[in-house]
Amino acid sequence: MDALRRTVLRGAGASGALAVALAAGLLKPQQARAAGWNKDAFGAKTPADALKGIGAANTSESKDILIDAPQIAENGGVVPIEITSTVPGTRSIAVLIEKNPFPLAGKFDFKEGAVPFVKLNVKIGESSNVRVVAEAGGKFYVAVKEVKVTIGGCGG
Amino acid sequence: MQRREFLRLLALAAAAGASLRAGQSAAQAADELYAAPRFGNVSLLHYTDCHAQLLPTYFREPNVNIGVAAAAGKPPHLVGEALLRNFGVAAGSRGAYAFTHLDFEHAALRYGRVGGFAHLATLVKRLRAERPRALLLDGGDTWQGSAVSLWTKGADMIGAQKLLGVDLMTAHWEFTYGAERVKRAVEEELGSIEFLAQNVKTADFEDPVFKPYSLRTINGVPLAIVGQAFPYTPIANPRHMVPDWTFGIQEVQLQKLLDEVRATGAQLVVLLSHNGMDVDLKLAGRVRGIDLILGGHTHDGIPAPVIVRNAGGTTLVTNSGSNGKFLALVDLDVRGGKLSDFRYRLMPVFSELLPADATMSAYIEASRAPHAARLGEKLALTEGLLFRRGNFNGSFDQMILDALIEAKGAQIAFSPGFRWGTSILPGQAITLENVMDQTAITYPWSTLTEMRGEQIKAILEDVCDNLFNPDPYLQQGGDMVRVGGMSYTCDPNAKIGARISEMRFEGKPIEAHKTYKVAGWAPVAEGASGEPIWDVVVRYLRERKTVPQKKLNLPRLIGVDANPGVA
Repeated sequence: MDALRRTVLRGAGASGALAVALAAGLLKPQQARAAGWNKDAFGAKTPADALKGIGAANTSESKDILIDAPQIAENGGVVPIEITSTVPGTRSIAVLIEKNPFPLAGKFDFKEGAVPFVKLNVKIGESSNVRVVAEAGGKFYVAVKEVKVTIGGCGG
Repeated sequence: MQRREFLRLLALAAAAGASLRAGQSAAQAADELYAAPRFGNVSLLHYTDCHAQLLPTYFREPNVNIGVAAAAGKPPHLVGEALLRNFGVAAGSRGAYAFTHLDFEHAALRYGRVGGFAHLATLVKRLRAERPRALLLDGGDTWQGSAVSLWTKGADMIGAQKLLGVDLMTAHWEFTYGAERVKRAVEEELGSIEFLAQNVKTADFEDPVFKPYSLRTINGVPLAIVGQAFPYTPIANPRHMVPDWTFGIQEVQLQKLLDEVRATGAQLVVLLSHNGMDVDLKLAGRVRGIDLILGGHTHDGIPAPVIVRNAGGTTLVTNSGSNGKFLALVDLDVRGGKLSDFRYRLMPVFSELLPADATMSAYIEASRAPHAARLGEKLALTEGLLFRRGNFNGSFDQMILDALIEAKGAQIAFSPGFRWGTSILPGQAITLENVMDQTAITYPWSTLTEMRGEQIKAILEDVCDNLFNPDPYLQQGGDMVRVGGMSYTCDPNAKIGARISEMRFEGKPIEAHKTYKVAGWAPVAEGASGEPIWDVVVRYLRERKTVPQKKLNLPRLIGVDANPGVA
């Protein structure tokens, strides 16, 4: 219920991983970028190029990545997405909004022992697949969820 | 639920339908409809989407309610004779009048008005006489839909709910009075009625806003009722009215909560849902631990539950119609810690078969008294049947579109695909109350906008996708926006962007970059303004003594000739 507290608590167990600092609001995005800005990936204009940028050329689908996101965005400007990976040994989670001008919305690296859980707010310009890529043991696992953005106003 | 059970259920529904035959005396009909011997150890009564209709009304069910993809040809997407056949309801019977549009004008004269809280109260009392511990559940859309409910911000309905003996409720249109109003009602006015919504949270810390569920013990059976408000309230209705709350289906959270209530020992778990039936059917297949979903929102009067299998067993899914037309009775037998058998009846509330309850009648009269003269003003006579419900258009909506085009000097008009709004028979007077029954919302502003052809297309595609997306979780449960002044073709089975074609204005193709004057109402944007739509319609009616039969502007449909959701 209290997601922020949960995030912070999980964060405490993650011993200072970048994801935690971001989720807890301790780092501004600019500071995060400074830690190692992957221009090829974040500057990519297609999902394929973004995946290439993070080295995820070959991915296989996984049911062990849970994406909790609204089916229809209440506000496309701020869409909450919560991701949990139970793929053993998850070292990073990348989030792509396929239809956004720059699809890669974030990449979160987890140190040894960190719980691979992340919650973020993203802007989604139009209805799009949200593609989540988890890296574990040198392999890339992917799960997809569609988030619809609608003009609304015509419900029953 | 085993196959044998399913067949028994169908047989029950068939029996109920067949007994609703023509040629009975009123007393015989009332006994066959409403005499229900007690069964099992837990009884629930459910009504939903009454839309503040305190008095008996006419309500024509749709002749177009198309199901796509896996939903095609299955309940709730059956209309007319296909629905009668599926549930074994006899043609020409009271049941056929209640559940379908067939021969509506004649059947309405023969069988009379439906619903009305004074008649509903009599039925509730009758059923409760044999089941004193029965719970009465209200699925929401109770505080909105009439003039008096709008003018009292739902207070008249809250009084009626309390008098009726409602135990638990969830909500949708209630939220359009704004967050503060809802909070005040819950904290100060609802009394012993519990307002449940597991899927409404604060947008900042995701704290629950309302109680998510209620634990009760009935005749020794511990049970849980979980509330599910309309998940798309901030999308389908103005978000600025509930700016600090977030909704959604919240399936993951719901599963956790179901596990939690089961762990506390609940032997029966009921979801009181305002998801809409298609969403409920999908949800029932994906979450474990719900025995029964009592559903609303999509206004589907479905005579028997749909049985859905999931990883935890089976879930029964119902939908109890709208506008006070129906009361669902569910008798459940919980043995050995689980649901072992049940009886279900969706009872049409025939006002002529159920005497008005005196206390409720007096309450309704008193709540209307300050407004009675204004409500009763006869604005015009209608020569044709006026109704709203249906996927694409209704005659009352056609009148709203005509009034908008005239008042605004528009070329094209849009009117929202709401599913509430009562019916008026040919030859009846149209009163102010009738107009408000179709328009009483807190954002009634009428507008005139210049739109390019491509924008018109984008809007039609967007709304159409909310209705016909193959994934029920992406359906918002309203009907297609009603369109006046232009023609178009619609292919419900196509994908978004390809459903709408052949858009024409005055016979010429609508051009992507050309600008058109488009009138509408019910804008969801904050700060919108304009003349309230009821004033536009009232002026249109006062300027005419009679309204001729309206010809519906309907799209040409592709690919649904064999769909039993079209009649």
